[in-house]
Amino acid sequence: MIAFYPLGENAVLAEFGTSINETVHKKVRAAARILDNHKQQWMIEYIPAFTTIAVYYDPMKCYAEIKGGNLLPYQFVCQTLQTLWSGLNPEKMSQSRTVDIPVCYGGEFGPDLAYVAKINGLTEEEVVQIHSSREYVVYMIGFSPGFPYLGGMSEKIAAPRKKTPRLAVPARSVGIAGMQTGIYPLESPGGWQIIGRTPLELFRPQKSEPSLLKAGDRVRFKPISVEEYLKWEEIEDDDDFRTRASNDHSGLGPVRFPKIRHHHERSRGSLFPPPGQPSRRK
Amino acid sequence: MFGPAVKFHKQTLISICGADLSATIDNQPVPLFRPVLVNEGKELHFTVARKGMRAYLAVAGGFRIPKIMNSHSTSLITKIGGVGGRTLEAGDELLFNRPGALSRSIISALKPKLKGPFAAAGWSAWHSPYDKITKTLYVRVVKGRHFGLFSPESRNSFFHSPYIVTSRSDRMGCRLQGEPLRLTERQEIISEPVNDGTIQVSSDGNPIILLAERQTTGGYPKIAQVAAVDIPLIAQAKPGDRIRFVPVSHEEAQKLFIRREVALREIKWGIRLKYLDKQEDVPCIRWI
Repeated sequence: MIAFYPLGENAVLAEFGTSINETVHKKVRAAARILDNHKQQWMIEYIPAFTTIAVYYDPMKCYAEIKGGNLLPYQFVCQTLQTLWSGLNPEKMSQSRTVDIPVCYGGEFGPDLAYVAKINGLTEEEVVQIHSSREYVVYMIGFSPGFPYLGGMSEKIAAPRKKTPRLAVPARSVGIAGMQTGIYPLESPGGWQIIGRTPLELFRPQKSEPSLLKAGDRVRFKPISVEEYLKWEEIEDDDDFRTRASNDHSGLGPVRFPKIRHHHERSRGSLFPPPGQPSRRK
Repeated sequence: MFGPAVKFHKQTLISICGADLSATIDNQPVPLFRPVLVNEGKELHFTVARKGMRAYLAVAGGFRIPKIMNSHSTSLITKIGGVGGRTLEAGDELLFNRPGALSRSIISALKPKLKGPFAAAGWSAWHSPYDKITKTLYVRVVKGRHFGLFSPESRNSFFHSPYIVTSRSDRMGCRLQGEPLRLTERQEIISEPVNDGTIQVSSDGNPIILLAERQTTGGYPKIAQVAAVDIPLIAQAKPGDRIRFVPVSHEEAQKLFIRREVALREIKWGIRLKYLDKQEDVPCIRWI
């Protein structure tokens, strides 16, 4: 059952479940897919979250489609969404993307790695191993532009938030808070335990899809050395490479790094060729 | 509180809406909510905030600013948009685009009146929301979807005691302080989308009203939602001002919104009728 709630005079909040899990997540994704495929001229945008989707609409444009009766735009939008989503089939989901995120763990990039290891009775290497051996689901993007809420972290490396949040967590920091892991796209205050940093930009306002990740993506963290990290940063600053990378890319949108594959294309091979060297996988 | 001084290097058609920040040109007060043709080389000064705190300065043709993510606005948090993603600084120069047909027609109508520093139209647009700006703002709200999770005392205080605007307010959120609002039992709210005017209650029990530069999702309980027609009042609330919440139904709030939209369209339509000879593309309004 889908429950509808008003969220101001220009948005509807649809709720697909009341706890965070993959079943509800799949319903949310399936509903989002239907909105992608059935563009409504009154719809402005939608925002998917853990258990909900908000659909933002233009109330005045609804009147073009309200035929007779005294329906208010809110009621009209609820009815239309109900109809659109009546055949919701979460099982019939198309493949998701897998995005590899290089992370330089520990050291000055991950000042809290030692703490996370200590409270869990592990070595730093073990924490890195556990953190980078899982595949995570992007449940939603929120908090700050491009910030992914990732599900699926091992409880073996869970760690409480810092008692006093840092005033400035550097951009691209990878952190742990309770049972969650995430990446700060921009410098912001925050209380997460910081275990590493990625050279990838997660928020690129100049792109047609500004957020590197989107809900439903799968994410894997790949440990890299400080040297590799610095090389990646050079690439980030190299506009020629940007153009090349985006030209190289067929059908997957303006993603700068050719590290995103659809599930059905998944194969074993070099996951992370150092920049400047040709990929062994073809 | 003092606003900026703006120098116009050429004759420009402008309009100032929103707060009354004592706008003057050559010490003559500039009227609000109407087109004003400013003479070349004149300086527009904003000084004392008489009513509200944010004024909007529009120029015919619009500012020539790159569009980012389909928007011209500035996001200070992400440092993008507008002029380098920052607030304007003394010495910044802003260019604007060529005025459109309607603006050109208004310019021709005002030019014969332009004897002094500026010429203003003899009429003004409807601006009743701004007439309601006082030290205590009465703001209509619809109960939020977590309203029932709050204790009976908190639900009562929300509607019966004033909340003071604090100095930690910005374009992201208007942060209020007053009778603390508590949930009946402590519980985690799953992060979900928010909207302009969403009233969240942070863990210290104080409400925050989300505004134009808000985030997309939030994990605090939503006690209420400001009726869209009253959001401009919140945007004009100064630190120290008092806000009192008045309950309305969502249906009523949506009707108020539609009435305002129709009124705005009528203004647009009226201005076009006044200044454009040929009537094309006049919007057809369906009254509800």
